[in-house]
Amino acid sequence: MNKHTTDRLAKIWLWMSAVVIILILLAVLGYIFIKGVGALSVSFLLDMPQNNWREGGIFPAILGSLIVVVVALSFAAPVGVGTAIYLTEFRKDDWFSRVIRTASDALNAVPSIVFGLFGLALFVFYLKDYTGGPSLLSAGLTLGFMVLPTIIRTSEVAMRGVPYAEKMESYGMGASKLQTIRNIVLPGSVPGIATGIILSIGRAVGETAPIIFMVALNPTIPSSLFGSGNTLTTQLYYLAMEGISLKVAFGTALTLVLIILLLNHITRVFKKRLSRNLRRNC
Amino acid sequence: MKPGDKEKTVRAALFLSALSAALILLFIVFFLFKEALPFLSHGDLVGFLTGTVWKPTANVYGAGIFIAGSILTTAGALFIAVPLGVACAVFLSEVAPKKAVNILRPAIELLAGIPSIVYGLFALIVIVGLVQQDLGKLLTGDSLPTGKGILAAALILGVMILPIVISISQDAICAVPRSFREASYALGSTKWQTIQKVILPGAMPGIAAGVILGVGRAIGETMAVVLVLGNVGMIPSNILGIDSRGETLTSAIMLDMSYVPVGSMHYAALFTLGLTLFFMAFALSMASEYLLAKRRRQSKC
Repeated sequence: MNKHTTDRLAKIWLWMSAVVIILILLAVLGYIFIKGVGALSVSFLLDMPQNNWREGGIFPAILGSLIVVVVALSFAAPVGVGTAIYLTEFRKDDWFSRVIRTASDALNAVPSIVFGLFGLALFVFYLKDYTGGPSLLSAGLTLGFMVLPTIIRTSEVAMRGVPYAEKMESYGMGASKLQTIRNIVLPGSVPGIATGIILSIGRAVGETAPIIFMVALNPTIPSSLFGSGNTLTTQLYYLAMEGISLKVAFGTALTLVLIILLLNHITRVFKKRLSRNLRRNC
Repeated sequence: MKPGDKEKTVRAALFLSALSAALILLFIVFFLFKEALPFLSHGDLVGFLTGTVWKPTANVYGAGIFIAGSILTTAGALFIAVPLGVACAVFLSEVAPKKAVNILRPAIELLAGIPSIVYGLFALIVIVGLVQQDLGKLLTGDSLPTGKGILAAALILGVMILPIVISISQDAICAVPRSFREASYALGSTKWQTIQKVILPGAMPGIAAGVILGVGRAIGETMAVVLVLGNVGMIPSNILGIDSRGETLTSAIMLDMSYVPVGSMHYAALFTLGLTLFFMAFALSMASEYLLAKRRRQSKC
């Protein structure tokens, strides 16, 4: 075979791979949309479930997901951003930063069900007097631990992107380290930090396995952080696994997908702003 | 308070945050060990890792079936994700016109963002149905007794790890110096020859790192696997039909934990499964980090 024929065939194969990936995405999203759109309505989102989830809405799950995400981010965002500040501004590339970075990478690789086991042992059993056992608080904290590496990584990258010259100008005008962090480093890395936080919200909303031992299929409004509740993902699991109601399952799945699409859109806006500073060519 | 004191306080608070990632990791190992201890100290570890009978009621814990299940489903997923993912990465950085990149990049990001339980639902309804009805009719003339099993699990896991394989591979391909490409074209090579002889070999460590990360994801994935693998405690011995069902480390933990009495031997054995999974994921993550660090040392990209 002539080398130019091979070249053409190879290009066709490469194009095909891209087309296949687009088709897979369209198939998944399209199917969820078609099956779920019939169930979706304002009252579906805001009503209580009825007749054992076969009818009515999914309000408790929406509220549960929201609470869990707020708890997760209230832990992970300050701690993650704090870590990034410490590593970029107070430490050189020394052994300590390498240890923390390796730990963060390893934490990122821990399978979600292992986080579930860990959360079960720590929050549900050992700290049950403080967390209420299998509660939304336990679930939220477990998710917070899980998304911490994402926030550390994205914030660190963002802070390293702040131009050295700007920091030096700040010091040159007599600003202290804290003033420089507050006035130069943090404002300069806001788009990157925000992207990391939104990514983490998406992961926390979409995870099931880490919290499956802490939340049950619960038809009531969560009474407090220390009470039990359920989330969109865990509800979807029980509805699908036990074949309770596929209609409501697809409605829940579509709700999740729409949340992810919205978060994705917001990150894209931030990234556009980000790419003005950081241009990557390839 | 003096300004220096304030800086010291803030510095201490930031130091504590920085420690938390390492502390959480240590806590995870500690609690997994602690809960697994009754089993680790009394059980037979070799029998645990190699045994193929899991019968908690008879106090027999052979996790070999789950380890085999995890390895087989992951291998199946790689059959889909590696050729498709690497091809897509090459396409993105070498062939694609700007318009195609602008469509494909967001599509891949979206693919990465879809929750695993949503993939699971899709696989349970669509892929399992396709395997049972259409593939069954095509191959045997009749629909199969079940569509659940290793084929459905491998298909959906393959799709789920595509984004990570693509993004890490693409970074690796990007890192191959431009001058290498130019040298190859100057010798009269076609694009494909350049890709095959220059770019892919140069990017190989990075691509391998991406594949290893994908393996870690696939081994750790729970929800989609629980919904479509059939959850039968045996090693899949076929690609289709009732013998293709199985169970993985993740699905075994998830299913058994829902009814196991806390503090029992069975409970400790499930934490031992968790430890096994943790160390597998840890080793894979370190291997890919090693490959990526090696690449970073070779080229600054």
